[in-house]
Amino acid sequence: MGVSPVSGDILHITALSLLVSGTSTLVATLIAVPIGTFLGLREVGSARLLRNILFTLYGLPPVLAGLLVFLVLSRAGPLGPLGLLYTPLGMVIAQVVITTPIILGITMSVVSTVERRVKDTAFVLGADRYQLSITVLREAAAGVLTAIMVGFGRAISEVGAVFIVGGHIEGQTQVLTTTIIIDVAQAEYSHALTLGVILLVIAAAIYSLLYRLQEKTLA
Amino acid sequence: MTMSLDVAGLVKSFREREVLRGIDVRVAPGEIFAIVGPSGAGKTTLLRCIDFLLSPEAGDIRYDGQAAPSEPAPMIALRRRIGMVAQNPYLFRGTASYNVSFGLCIRDVEGGELETRTMEALTGVGLAGVAGTRASVLSAGEAQRVAFARAVVVRPDLLLLDEYTANLDPANVNILESAVREYNRSTGATVVLVTHNMFQAKRLATRVALLLEGRIVEAGPVREFFESPRDPRTLAFVRGEYAF
Repeated sequence: MGVSPVSGDILHITALSLLVSGTSTLVATLIAVPIGTFLGLREVGSARLLRNILFTLYGLPPVLAGLLVFLVLSRAGPLGPLGLLYTPLGMVIAQVVITTPIILGITMSVVSTVERRVKDTAFVLGADRYQLSITVLREAAAGVLTAIMVGFGRAISEVGAVFIVGGHIEGQTQVLTTTIIIDVAQAEYSHALTLGVILLVIAAAIYSLLYRLQEKTLA
Repeated sequence: MTMSLDVAGLVKSFREREVLRGIDVRVAPGEIFAIVGPSGAGKTTLLRCIDFLLSPEAGDIRYDGQAAPSEPAPMIALRRRIGMVAQNPYLFRGTASYNVSFGLCIRDVEGGELETRTMEALTGVGLAGVAGTRASVLSAGEAQRVAFARAVVVRPDLLLLDEYTANLDPANVNILESAVREYNRSTGATVVLVTHNMFQAKRLATRVALLLEGRIVEAGPVREFFESPRDPRTLAFVRGEYAF
């Protein structure tokens, strides 16, 4: 494993951060939103149990998630032959593991708290089970967007898992957060601060966009 | 475009409280049938049982003489023949026309037909001008009229109205009562109207039933019901003297 002594190209690092976090948020959204909606519409014992498990997973330390994904992707692990360790795809997998429970849990909560009248109205108007789920999801869109925002926030600011699974290889798996850690360790404070500002600007831009979308859905 | 309704021995409880205590009622195809009674008599519960929102503990409901099917597809087909307007209807996020077109969209009506029928339904309640207005900014009267248009745009064979003009001003009440008469006249659909407003029952219904404490006390043609009731409780209710 080649840990870079100095931070690499800022543009490349920023682009990879966005790519890894954006992809992992997208994948986690595609997994979590349908399942969260399905479970949120069911007030059964098993759904409650799953909700409790998910809330516990909210607190899953990213380094632990990273370690688990590392073991799965390592040469001796079940997915070792795929050669995903120390690759951006491996980092995406690690972030999906971290963000999916968050997006799923929040989606489940917001769907289950949608007014009973929404479900009754769609039902009375003739909606089948699938159409009812889509209607409830549409009414809960602002909450689901919040779930995605929180998931992306967790992904872009996460450092432990991507460090373990990505390895911070120069020009290949360097992202903003891991580079800041390395910069600080090497007293490259101005470079670390630059990356920190970029991280902040990205977060502000994404949240501002999602906030506007949220406002639009609430109209 | 019509449906008969037969309810026999319907019982529904919420915890220890028995709300419906063996309801027997028959609604003929094409009639406007009003169920009157004080608040808490079980009127809404009865409509919610008829529209599958509640499951009764005992009794039988037949639609055109048939029990509700257990298979999902025929069940959805039956549900789609029944429309309902609630006292406080929920309007989905979006415009008035989105709300009205909802039932058509889920029935795969598209394009020009979707647009035409949506506008016709809105025009029918005098709201063509608010088609593009967000539902959240509509007045209570407009919202109720949109909810009515949303229910009838799909041309249900059985229309259930649950205190659908309660708390509205006379102008909106008049528009909505005319809309019910017109829908019943033009389609022949059966209408079951639940109300505590005897005057509305008198104005709209062909037959009326009194529901008291979970039981049908008396049912009959509107004139007979109001002018020569058989049961003393009906007489007291009609005179506004019934002590609840």
